[in-house]
Amino acid sequence: MFSHGSESLIKQAREIQESELKKFYSRLIKLLQGKDLSHEAVDSLQRLHLILSANKFITKLSPELHGKVVSLLSSPSEQHQVLSSAVLRETLPPSGQELNNISEKINPLNSHAAALLLSQARSRTDLSSLCAQLLRSLESRQSEGPTHASTHTLPILNTILTHSPECLTDDHVTLLSKKLVDWLRYASITQGSGSSSSGFFTGPRSRQPAPIAELDGTVSGDFFTVLCVGQGFTDDQWMNVYSFSMLRHWLLTYHCVSNGNTTADTDDRSEVDGSVVSMVSATSSSSRLLPPKERLREKAFQYCQRLIEQSDRKAHKRTDVDLQKACLVEAVCMLDCVCVEDASLVYRAFPCIKALFGRLSSDLSFARVLLPIAQFYLNHGEMAAVDCDSVWKLVFDRFPAEMFNDNFLAHELLRFLRLNLESLQLRVQQYTQSFPNLLKLLAWNSPAMVDDFVDLLPSLVTTGTAVELLHTLLDLPCLSATLILQLRSTCMPISEPGGLMSLDAFRNPSFRGLFLFLLRAESGSGDTIERLSTLHDLLSEAVEWPRVVQCAQAVPVLLHIFFNTVVTVANEKLLSHLILVMLERSNLLLDIPEYITETHRVFSCHLLRLCKLHPCLVVDQSRELREFAGTIANVYNQEEIYTHVVWVLGEYLSVSYDSRCSVRLITSCFETLEAVLFEVTSSSTPLGAVCPAPRVITTLMSALAKLASRSHDLIPRVSLFLSKLRTVTRGGPVCWCSDEDDLVSIVTRGEELWSLLKAPGVAQSVLTPPPHVITPKWHRDTNLAMPLQLRALTNLTHSQ
Amino acid sequence: MVRCFLIHTVCPVSTLGAGESRVLYSRVFGPDEAIFSDQEMTPEERRLLQKEKLAVVARQVRSAVTLSREASGRLMAEALLGEEALALQEADSGVARLRAGDPFSGEMSALWLGVQSLGFTLVCEAHENLLLAEGTLRNLSRHCLEQLHLLGQGSEVLLRSHRVDALLNRLLPHGQLLFLNHRFAQSLEKEVAAYMAK
Repeated sequence: MFSHGSESLIKQAREIQESELKKFYSRLIKLLQGKDLSHEAVDSLQRLHLILSANKFITKLSPELHGKVVSLLSSPSEQHQVLSSAVLRETLPPSGQELNNISEKINPLNSHAAALLLSQARSRTDLSSLCAQLLRSLESRQSEGPTHASTHTLPILNTILTHSPECLTDDHVTLLSKKLVDWLRYASITQGSGSSSSGFFTGPRSRQPAPIAELDGTVSGDFFTVLCVGQGFTDDQWMNVYSFSMLRHWLLTYHCVSNGNTTADTDDRSEVDGSVVSMVSATSSSSRLLPPKERLREKAFQYCQRLIEQSDRKAHKRTDVDLQKACLVEAVCMLDCVCVEDASLVYRAFPCIKALFGRLSSDLSFARVLLPIAQFYLNHGEMAAVDCDSVWKLVFDRFPAEMFNDNFLAHELLRFLRLNLESLQLRVQQYTQSFPNLLKLLAWNSPAMVDDFVDLLPSLVTTGTAVELLHTLLDLPCLSATLILQLRSTCMPISEPGGLMSLDAFRNPSFRGLFLFLLRAESGSGDTIERLSTLHDLLSEAVEWPRVVQCAQAVPVLLHIFFNTVVTVANEKLLSHLILVMLERSNLLLDIPEYITETHRVFSCHLLRLCKLHPCLVVDQSRELREFAGTIANVYNQEEIYTHVVWVLGEYLSVSYDSRCSVRLITSCFETLEAVLFEVTSSSTPLGAVCPAPRVITTLMSALAKLASRSHDLIPRVSLFLSKLRTVTRGGPVCWCSDEDDLVSIVTRGEELWSLLKAPGVAQSVLTPPPHVITPKWHRDTNLAMPLQLRALTNLTHSQ
Repeated sequence: MVRCFLIHTVCPVSTLGAGESRVLYSRVFGPDEAIFSDQEMTPEERRLLQKEKLAVVARQVRSAVTLSREASGRLMAEALLGEEALALQEADSGVARLRAGDPFSGEMSALWLGVQSLGFTLVCEAHENLLLAEGTLRNLSRHCLEQLHLLGQGSEVLLRSHRVDALLNRLLPHGQLLFLNHRFAQSLEKEVAAYMAK
């Protein structure tokens, strides 16, 4: 597909020399003489475009060439217009004079010239003049010529509106509102002449134009919409399509302000005899008296209701079925938008929406239509006092559970949640309980969904669900694997011999409970499962599946967000529990190497943070922390967390942080750490075995010294160890430290601590400094602030 | 509204770094959003900024396509010229969220279709009707595959880009997504075919 040839073409285009370029320009100018362009000229223009667009920086055309290309914009051949517009868009914008020339010469403005003016507009003023010009030509061409040529007017106006609604004046808005009403509601209901209408039998006997039809073939009985078909279309039917396509955006941009101005319009088409009275809305007769914007809103309302009715018909073609769905989405969104503007419309709209919901709710292929319906219920359900439970059941229960692998639905569902977060947290109880279900979307497609969950996760962290949420986040890779197995299980109903071991486990009744827990829809049935290690064994082959690995990469980020949020809502009891979970789960994770390392890093970081914020947590969980620190295996397989646990014990197990900290507690902790330190530095470790990380050893030593400084009886024990250490290491290499530099650092540290502990009082103030020392506020302390001292001194010395 | 339509590589390109994407066709619709920012920029600077933004989008989509293909583990079957419908059926698709400021000033959704080594991307405003956008993207991609013979070895996407311009002018005029039933679509496609025949 993408060939070496393409790459070299681009290279050539970029590396073209100035002289070559000049020659090319002069050749091109010659080719562009005359009205008709040869094939060579067209090809050369195309190459010119390639040269200009391949270059990062603007390449200027020679003035003569520039002029020639500009003149092509007004050529009757569309190919010339396309090429010249494309070329000019890649080079410097035309001067003010040239712009005026273009606007005047090309009247009415063709689509490609307009595209150039749009892309080269320098300011809002340029855009305003473009709008004015387009609207002038729209107005003046009421009865002459095919409006088909001016169908680009609405799209251009729409794109300008997106950036700068002020470019349209109030008069413009009024004018367009009226035109939109005409096109939307009063377009012809007979078929236009087809392009191949002239056949053998043209003659004085002109055929009666046939009426338009619905998508299922029946004759249409109401006004024309985008879901109506015919052999050919009239101009206003085309404008109907373009008008509807931009309608929602128009309504959103120009909020209708009812200012009580009800001057009747006497020059619109609804006065014309024979206009269709809509069956859709019986109350439309009085709409003639509404001001233009409100009238448009009313017609938009009717159009949407008609579309909803038309979407129930069985279309013959696949593309039309898809279009019906898209129209439903648009119609419901527009009704929502219109009802937000004018709450009185809610009572008219709701029966329609409710009926639609009833029709579609059992068919998940309409899931993407049901989301806008859910939005409507969320915005207006309370006002209409309608029960929304069945809607939320769909959105939070069925969609994530059954359609987690539909990328587009997942994207739209998460967007819906993001946009309505406050509202959902207030009014929909299920939201915070449904995180096991919602996380399925992340587990399946984490690269695409993680960004949304970064925004959503804080709202899911509540005191009631925090512990279960933490477990669920840690088990996300397992969930990912389970979802894969679930899908495979439905695709391959019969087990093949030699198939996946995990798939067999998934189908095995004795392990059913494990998987069902992961696949649960709601929180509240338990924090996690007892047999987690069994589950991890069963899923051992899943650690290499790419989807599972991608999911595992997203978890650490979410854990950070979880912890950052939980400190703002949790009390100390909950935080204490979370520390416990961290210690428990640190060696109960699915065995994906980077996953385990990263998770440990997150745990360490937040363990530290939590203990710093609430030092009393250390005493609360002292038993668990001590047990963790006393397990020799942890020194080797969980080095990061181990180091932090030891550090935390050393730092915060002190009376100054928590009055419950007794001498006994300090002593027992000391003894635990001492035993570990002895063991890991003993000479009985066989040569070649894994060494503990040097940081572990220094942390253990520091922690012991800190604890000893608080209970001076322990000092001799530490000092003895430290001096022994010095002796042992002087005797040459040791088996528990392979690197010489590391050994030197360890010994140096040991010596520092040893000399510090020789003066217990000093050791205490250095190793357990009182709070006011570690939170200095010298600049705020009036006794010590430098400027005040200087001022006092100056006053004293200059008193005479 | 659609902000831009891109055709770019989603396979490794020897002359580019890993993860980079070569943009083969790009069309930005509407005025340049840089003119609405407070910064004063020359046209050259604006153009450069726009090209950079498109490069960012292409890179993000490339990454999304790669990860999606990795996760699904499907083997890519090479479709040949004439098998456009098959290639489209086998294509991966998805939507990426582009946060406000990264790279466009407002939040956008980038819908993408990965057909073998090429990606077709439609960047639309976040509130846009994604069902309609998805259908439009598929339709546009099908036309591009057929008209530019993308399944072959040629470089028509570079040398016949005006055909894509003409196609976009009918099916996605100035970035406007259109609600076209099969008859309207047929009528427009006839006009497109007439243009291509020249």
